[in-house]
Amino acid sequence: MTKEYKTITEISGPLIFVEKTEPVGYMELVEIRTGGELKRGQVLDSSDEIVVIQVFEGTGGLSKDTAVSFTGDVIKMPLSPGIVGRVLSGSGKPRDGGPEIVPEVLRDIAGAAINPASREKPRAFIQTGISTIDGTNTLVRGQKLPIFSGAGLPHNDLALQIARQAKALGEAEPFAVIFCAMGITNEEAQHFLADFERTGALERAVVFLNLADDPAVERILTPRLGLTTAEYLAFDLDMHVLIIYTDMTNYCESLRQMGAAREEVPGRRGYPGYMYTDLACQYERAGIIKGKKGSITQFPILTMPGDDITHPIPDLSGYITEGQILISRELHRKGIYPPVDIRPSLSRLMNSGIGKGHTREDHRAVSDQLYAYYAEGNDLRGLAAIVGKEALSERDKLVLEFADKFEKRFVNQGRDEDRSIFDTLQIGWELLADLPEAMLTRIDDKYIKQYHPKYAGTAKAAQAPAK
Amino acid sequence: MEVGKIKRVAGPLVQATGLKAAMYDLVLVGEEGLMSEVIGISGNKHIIQVYEDTGGVRPGEPVRETGAPLVAQLGPGILTQIYDGIQRPLPKLAEASGDFISRGLFVDGIDHKKKWEFKAVVKKGDVVKPGQSIGEVQEQLLIKHKIMVPPNQKGGTIKEIYSGNFTVEETIAVLEDGTKLTMMHKWPVRRARPVTKKLAPTIPLRTGQRVIDGFFSLAKGGTAAIPGGFGTGKTVMQQTLSKWADVDIVVYVGCGERGNEMADLLHEFPELQDPRTGRPLMERSIVYANTSNMPVAAREASVYTGMTTSEYYRDMGYDVLMTADSTSRWAEAMREMGSRLEEMPGEEGYPAYLGARLADFYERAGRAEVLNGGQGSVSIVGAVSPPGGDFTEPVTQNTLRMVKVFWALDSKLTQRRHFPSINWLDSYSLYDLDLEAWFVENVSPDWNKNKRRAMSILQENAELEEIVMLVGSDALPEDQQVTLEVARMIINFWLAQSAFHPVDTFSPYKKQFDLLASILKYRDYAFEAVQKGISVAQITSVPSKDALAKVRLEAEYEPILAKVLAQMDVEFKALK
Repeated sequence: MTKEYKTITEISGPLIFVEKTEPVGYMELVEIRTGGELKRGQVLDSSDEIVVIQVFEGTGGLSKDTAVSFTGDVIKMPLSPGIVGRVLSGSGKPRDGGPEIVPEVLRDIAGAAINPASREKPRAFIQTGISTIDGTNTLVRGQKLPIFSGAGLPHNDLALQIARQAKALGEAEPFAVIFCAMGITNEEAQHFLADFERTGALERAVVFLNLADDPAVERILTPRLGLTTAEYLAFDLDMHVLIIYTDMTNYCESLRQMGAAREEVPGRRGYPGYMYTDLACQYERAGIIKGKKGSITQFPILTMPGDDITHPIPDLSGYITEGQILISRELHRKGIYPPVDIRPSLSRLMNSGIGKGHTREDHRAVSDQLYAYYAEGNDLRGLAAIVGKEALSERDKLVLEFADKFEKRFVNQGRDEDRSIFDTLQIGWELLADLPEAMLTRIDDKYIKQYHPKYAGTAKAAQAPAK
Repeated sequence: MEVGKIKRVAGPLVQATGLKAAMYDLVLVGEEGLMSEVIGISGNKHIIQVYEDTGGVRPGEPVRETGAPLVAQLGPGILTQIYDGIQRPLPKLAEASGDFISRGLFVDGIDHKKKWEFKAVVKKGDVVKPGQSIGEVQEQLLIKHKIMVPPNQKGGTIKEIYSGNFTVEETIAVLEDGTKLTMMHKWPVRRARPVTKKLAPTIPLRTGQRVIDGFFSLAKGGTAAIPGGFGTGKTVMQQTLSKWADVDIVVYVGCGERGNEMADLLHEFPELQDPRTGRPLMERSIVYANTSNMPVAAREASVYTGMTTSEYYRDMGYDVLMTADSTSRWAEAMREMGSRLEEMPGEEGYPAYLGARLADFYERAGRAEVLNGGQGSVSIVGAVSPPGGDFTEPVTQNTLRMVKVFWALDSKLTQRRHFPSINWLDSYSLYDLDLEAWFVENVSPDWNKNKRRAMSILQENAELEEIVMLVGSDALPEDQQVTLEVARMIINFWLAQSAFHPVDTFSPYKKQFDLLASILKYRDYAFEAVQKGISVAQITSVPSKDALAKVRLEAEYEPILAKVLAQMDVEFKALK
């Protein structure tokens, strides 16, 4: 019943231009048939004279005779509870040899904005078992916390460890992991899948794979499909969803490629001016809605080109996400895993997820104190390199030693080591105990009396409840 | 009203023909009637920005005129509201369309059904001028809402006026010329509301933040910018200011920011107590929440809508603080629309009129004699989010040309968890001289002197630190080592302030002054001791110095501080 047009006037990169059509809606789904193959596209610009379409599966094989038909509807994702456990392509087609998803519902993949007044404040502590996250950059449910990394750093191992270990303290609740791969290598994808299979995580995961050799335009679709699935699982099926996408840098490259093909006025470093809004439309689909049981927590991974945090991709991401975990090449070289540099790392929602009733009342103070001396110790390293360690004052020597011990004992941990938050705080206290008590200026005296190892014998009651 | 036809749709931008609408007129696009604004006219084509998502809109669909520009509805019922960028109450939108915002909804900015008790303050036969108040409504327990003759009407002699319960649409007064007045009027958001006369900024805006009040204070009616890379604490800073600033009304514009942060704010504001009255802070607040994934055109408008409501309360004689988080997102919205319009870009792709728009906005701030008679003020604190923390980028630079106070957030301080992470060497306030007299009169004659002393210690410290980097601190002469220690005290005991500590989050002027004076007293003792040949190690290890660190965490600090100072007295006398 839909009309087919054979009026393509121009094909340019991933775009096709079609003229003399009926009125076509902006963002409408387009079907393009060529030699028995069906490609899909989306309307980017619609006017009386000409319609601009981006083709997701690439324009290879298209010619001026190719038939184009407009579906009259925007792109929708078929969803049903059976989607959990499936491996799909970057455009949502089965990739595991299984059948197509039989839809219970169809959802617009663009996704509407959550009404800020309907959002619930995220404050449920998630224990990842990693000290540098739990102790100093705490994650809460509904947060979006990206990992900023560089080429060749173990960000994938960290993401996998988080996916494996993440849990809320207390009750067991239904949860799912969504994994969106965008432009990663086949090898990396295998690594993820093998780990999911090893730990049995695949049974409660949905995997979207757009590999490095899949069409770049398809990448624009992948996170949207993943997030639409996440919203369905979280807000229709009451699950707690953790969504990991890697690598956002490849996604942004695709955006730039599309922008260039459309001859748009470029913003910084050639990325389109609307990249902030576009990224926000992905990242902002995290959160919790009042009165709904589920939640969406996001872990985007992005590799900073040239380890440059001021590059537009990490920069714009940092302005949208609620903090960042920064992977440091320097720590990695020292053989420390996970090589998280806590100084530029941050969790903006930390305060609502820690303290009494969440973790422990001394958490904030301990974390601040650790931060302060680790940062100072790091500055002193530079000084010690110039004047020699001996020229430092006694106090400075203590701080310098503290920074070294902090990296070895607090930051460093095993790839399978799942530390409870109380273990993490205990390590923190042991490190602080090596400093004179008068130097603990950021900690209230009452917490010192209660948790300082020096007084530990007198305050048994304060010990953490058993897990 | 004409009905036009859509010719082209590309993102939030629509072109249509067959319209007669003027620039910035509101039009309704498509079958769904999406709220939109005319932003360009070229030949027979109107260029329209749509405040809502345009997915599925087709050429050929109608465009309806409304005959008026984008207006804010002004009247009782604005306080406590949470709006999107075009003054639609978000809870009402949620009632209409569920947890996700759908399109084509039109909701009034204020409740048109609710009855308010109106008390006339003028009587039959009185002559009223534009902007003059004709009556009052108790909008919140502590906020009287003045009902004014709209400033864009002529005024005249009152023919009839009623007191009693009315909705905002019902007539409450009639003028001789037949003009009917209601409690609500509409005002185009892009136009500044008139005042009688702007006044000089001579009264400080108390924020309870030591680094701000003590070093870089903002005046009532002043403008301040907080630039800083991400994670330097802009948002916490703005929220702290909204909580503690001594203003009557707070207007918080969340412009292209995070949804979860808005949720946090919306969760926290109703629970927060106003430190002066003990009432919930929400009773005197208005929140505009246009998160980063909400339509970009509405983000562009949100700053103007927020400004218009701020001015409206100023016109009643209130002090208003408007915080915009973040003006960079607003500028980016302009850039995005500009690039879709295929305008010739200026610096870094921003439109050439960026500076002019920023200037127009900041110029709407000020303390003024209002048409109603009294005085009111709108102070603006605008966050700027420079890409990569680079302050040379166009939005920061254009903003700095306009604002008088600059609080430079520093990521180095954030990394040490020093909050507020305002860099004391880079920041400035141009209101310093205007406010000196006020502090002398109201806090202490020594306020300005101590401030300058502390500042010069910090400056000396910065120079000394460079030397320390080369030779280590032990190589410095003793008096300079003491200066380093005193600077460290000023930084850690005074400038650092925890927004999350129940007591420390707000520091009254008197406490700020006393704490700083005590640190300077320590300095004087220490220098005296150095003169006497006492070692630096002895001087810096007096126990009262550590005790001084924690005085700021005490609510009833005065007796404790007195004790610490007495102890210091004894300890220094005992040093040999």
